[in-house]
Amino acid sequence: MNATPNPTAAAEARARSSILARLRAPATTVPQPLPDVGAWFDAHQRHEDSAQRVARWRAAMEAVRTEVHDTSAADWPELLLRLMAEKGLRKLLIGSDTPHGAELEARRPGNIELKRYAESIDAWRDVLFDEIDASLTLAKSAIAEIGSLILWPTPQEPRLMSLVPSVHFVLLDAATIHPDFYSAMAAEGWKDSLPTNALLVCGPSKTADIQQTLAYGAHGPRELVVLLRHPASQSEGAAA
Amino acid sequence: MSQVIKIHPMEDFKERSRDVLNNPGQRKNFRGAMDFLQAKRRAQFPDQEELQGLRELGSQIRRYSLANLPRLLEQLEARLSANGIQVHWAQTPDEANAIALDIAQRVNAKRVIKGKSMVSEEVGFNHAMEAAGIETLESDMGEYIVQLAGEAPSHIIMPAIHKTKQEIAELFAKEIPGVAYTEDVDALIRIGRKVLRRKFADADIGLSGVNFCVAETGTLCLVENEGNGRMCTTVPKVHIAITGIEKVVEKLEHVPPLYSLLARSATGQAVTTYFNLISGPRKPGEKDGPEEVHLILLDNGRTQAYADEELRETLKCIRCGACMNHCPVYARIGGHAYGTTYPGPIGAIVSPHMLGLDATYPLAFASTLCGACVEVCPVKIPITDILVRLRNESQAKPESEEATLRGSGAGRTVTGTAVWNAWAQVYSRSGLYKLASWFMSRGRALSPSDQGAWTRSRTPLVPAPKRLRDLLKERK
Repeated sequence: MNATPNPTAAAEARARSSILARLRAPATTVPQPLPDVGAWFDAHQRHEDSAQRVARWRAAMEAVRTEVHDTSAADWPELLLRLMAEKGLRKLLIGSDTPHGAELEARRPGNIELKRYAESIDAWRDVLFDEIDASLTLAKSAIAEIGSLILWPTPQEPRLMSLVPSVHFVLLDAATIHPDFYSAMAAEGWKDSLPTNALLVCGPSKTADIQQTLAYGAHGPRELVVLLRHPASQSEGAAA
Repeated sequence: MSQVIKIHPMEDFKERSRDVLNNPGQRKNFRGAMDFLQAKRRAQFPDQEELQGLRELGSQIRRYSLANLPRLLEQLEARLSANGIQVHWAQTPDEANAIALDIAQRVNAKRVIKGKSMVSEEVGFNHAMEAAGIETLESDMGEYIVQLAGEAPSHIIMPAIHKTKQEIAELFAKEIPGVAYTEDVDALIRIGRKVLRRKFADADIGLSGVNFCVAETGTLCLVENEGNGRMCTTVPKVHIAITGIEKVVEKLEHVPPLYSLLARSATGQAVTTYFNLISGPRKPGEKDGPEEVHLILLDNGRTQAYADEELRETLKCIRCGACMNHCPVYARIGGHAYGTTYPGPIGAIVSPHMLGLDATYPLAFASTLCGACVEVCPVKIPITDILVRLRNESQAKPESEEATLRGSGAGRTVTGTAVWNAWAQVYSRSGLYKLASWFMSRGRALSPSDQGAWTRSRTPLVPAPKRLRDLLKERK
């Protein structure tokens, strides 16, 4: 790796071999069995149907002040625009070339300005930090047990979309909710396919660093709003 | 900071402890915070069976990782390199800082924005950067407050736990231009958010710690609530992560149990707001993320702990802070009194490897050995056993077989050695014991009324007028 001959590189190479030699020196290392994580999660699996799983996910997320709205594949754009208006938000950041972004653009909302994340952040950092009110991204899936969204940022929906704007709207399909973190990474084959950055997001950013008093809106979004898309057959009842 | 600490952190340990004990305000802050954190943790573990099962699993994962540490570090390095993350090795704080400085100077950096990292405190990172003319700014709210006040963190998870909101309100009003005094916590956080927001955008380098390194995937995992960790690792062009060599696990599936234990044990949350998995710098076609990611792996005495089967357990630590939250000593004297980067029970057992036992052994004695820390430790570190071991090491004969650590035997004194030798003689020879106890019981009037620390708050110890053997003789 460090092909350039500089003094730190030489020191680093020495440090590396010394550290590894010291770690290999003890003759007494007792072999330890490989822990069976799968068995533990299997034994603690809940028996629940999908509605119960959604309810469990929702309760955990709402407990940390995430807003969850039921909707459907057809109705979510209208809901999003209504929520934007209610919250007094104007500039919405959307991904580039995403189906949901296109759906929103097709509506040509009058009082909402849509901004595409079309170019490298280096070209428009100040706009992102100072002018964007909210963003919309699609969640990959979610986790019921810990009340979490799974976000895998992509070139179309980059990392900062879920971090810098003060309000973050997330589209989530109810069918993608996993029971726990372990089964999520196992089912989705994470160990062979992790992107440069993957995230669990469990609510708006928060801190309790001042006298243990919980305050929302630390450095990340102040509000996290999930638009929970139910399959067509269920959504009418749920959205009512 | 670390430069100051390195010399003789223990010289003033008792004095600092006494100062806090005589400060009712500080005691109230700490006690209140500890009670709060204990209750929060308890509420997260309603099911004892689940808790004990998870702790055992967590302990096994950490033990397995350590047993395979050299192999896992090499695997981690290979995977990270393949992912485009540059790996650096440092034996000492100075080496770690030199590596960071080298990177900073190469990219011509002026400003570093920092996420929470105890290892960066351990190596005195801010000092080293500032000495080279590079500005460092803490962005974790607690760390920001502490830096603004020119202090050091007093707790590894809640750095500003020693401060009241009134003190923070005064600090903000005094130090941040244009800010009026307010005790409203939401308003104070909004001020911090506003000040720091621009700083993320303007920084050249983001520095962070790491909670877990995953060897099989080449992934750095970061746990946080505020979003500043994500900012530091995503916005600046260069991200430098710094961590101890012990933080590696082999498999990605080893992470969920440890993460669950960490969040619940540390702050009594089911999970933190963010769990951030970083497996590479910005790839071609991606529109944000750092262009360079570096990982600095630090030894700083960890290999000394590793060499000893018993002391190696120290390295299982996942830095949740539950041991200090439940420690009757920490709850009364707080984090600053320890004088080390890591305070509390974990600080007492990990600091000797970083700073030498000679500089830190009194910490091993600042414990009642009540075992509360052992009971709550999410990875089952036998902290009290290790404390006793370190006490023994501190009294070991230098250069002998029993002295195995840097600074072993530092607590040994001529008087102490003479007293214990005499004690051993008396207790291993019955004739001598008989004679000595006869003199003790008959000469009890001569017992000194001033018996040092004992008599400061207790009545003097006086031998019984009759020995046990005298009483038994009378019965016959």
